[in-house]
Amino acid sequence: MTDSAVMSIEDVRNRADAIVAASDETLARDAVAVADEFLAMGEAVLVAWLTAKGAEPTDAEVEGFRLLALHRQGAKDDPSFNACRETAREIVYHRNLVLHDPASPGVASTLRLGAMVVRHLALFIGGKLEEAGLGDFCCSSRPVRQAEMLKPIAETA
Amino acid sequence: MSGKYKKVAYYPGCALEGSGHAYNRSTKAVGKSLGLDLVELKNWNCCGAMEVKNIDPKLQTYLSARNLSIAEDMGFDTVMAPCNGCYHNLKKAEYDLANDQPSKEVNTRLSEKAGHKTYESGKVETIHALDWIKHSVGEDGIRERVKNSLSGLKVANYYGCMYTRPRHIFPEKDKGPGTESTSKPHFMDEILAAAGAENVDYPLKTACCGGAHALSDSDTSTKLVLNLLETAEACGADVIATECPTCHTGLEMHQVRAEKVLGRKTSVKILYFTQLLGMAMGLKPKTVGVNENFSNAMPLIKEKGLA
Repeated sequence: MTDSAVMSIEDVRNRADAIVAASDETLARDAVAVADEFLAMGEAVLVAWLTAKGAEPTDAEVEGFRLLALHRQGAKDDPSFNACRETAREIVYHRNLVLHDPASPGVASTLRLGAMVVRHLALFIGGKLEEAGLGDFCCSSRPVRQAEMLKPIAETA
Repeated sequence: MSGKYKKVAYYPGCALEGSGHAYNRSTKAVGKSLGLDLVELKNWNCCGAMEVKNIDPKLQTYLSARNLSIAEDMGFDTVMAPCNGCYHNLKKAEYDLANDQPSKEVNTRLSEKAGHKTYESGKVETIHALDWIKHSVGEDGIRERVKNSLSGLKVANYYGCMYTRPRHIFPEKDKGPGTESTSKPHFMDEILAAAGAENVDYPLKTACCGGAHALSDSDTSTKLVLNLLETAEACGADVIATECPTCHTGLEMHQVRAEKVLGRKTSVKILYFTQLLGMAMGLKPKTVGVNENFSNAMPLIKEKGLA
């Protein structure tokens, strides 16, 4: 089980890559735990975005999931954030699919697809952070373009 | 066949005259094949796309409203826009003119200054190419016209993010059976299934393609597209069907870039849904502009007996 509190967006992407690359046997053995990781990973990504924007990430739930509440919080006054609305819901869907029937012969495939959806959320939010000049969020805000922005224009031209 | 959409005004938009020309060609060819009439708007202008909207949203509303005004002047109550960006912007203009007084005032002022009739909300309905085919011909009509079934072709239907968002500008969606869903769109799935395709359950059908990052942050776009392509392949898809020129171009270009820059090769093909539908109707690949696509889908098309 992954601890969302210490995961950066890069951590999430790496973990998603590892799930995608894992063998069927490995995934089937820990199917429920891996599926539950999806929620933690998705939450970590949205927490990174909200924290970088200076908001206090909510602990509330929407339809029983903090992930969906965090998405709703991120989308407030930012309609373009809804471009990841269904991605967040697909994460919940894939997690639920696995929990519904963890012994299904197709569980490894479902877990890989779920990890790819998580990866998409991480890529999308990671891109938005870069666009906003906020950078990846680990222990503190780390604007990836800070050094570039601090340079005199003549140097960057 | 529903008479309502048999003859509609056609707003191709800028992309369909450039990078999305194959979509323009295939949309017109499919319309002709299905016995539908498209009458292009006279002297249409850019819908305001992303560039104008980001700087001055009310100016974008005016630009889209001018196109709706032209449709009304030409005697149409429906305009069809195949491009997701144009479709979205025309719908947004319709919503803003009905609900936002400052937008209405700017539209009136600029229309008077430009010397044309001021468009008022509720006069012209904007539809997408998917609505147009779904509601005029329908699945049964498509099944009757199929000459080369898409049978055996596994398709991931990719709708992109602007076809369903934000929900409030699409009041006709989410109204139950027969209407489109904003959370799980299905019109393209149904149209291509009627043409014989085997749709895969694609979990990223409305996810972002990184189109808005294409110029400012190509690496993010490439990674997003690569994930879309790899996920489609993991779903078993032979083809990703598109309905937006920005998404389509992004998928094609970043598929190449992902291989060059990241060393990750994917072989899933990318075709407009109108190209697939056209070939199912018996049209030649060239007639629906397959040769204009950046990626080469011809080996697959031949293998599936569509050429």
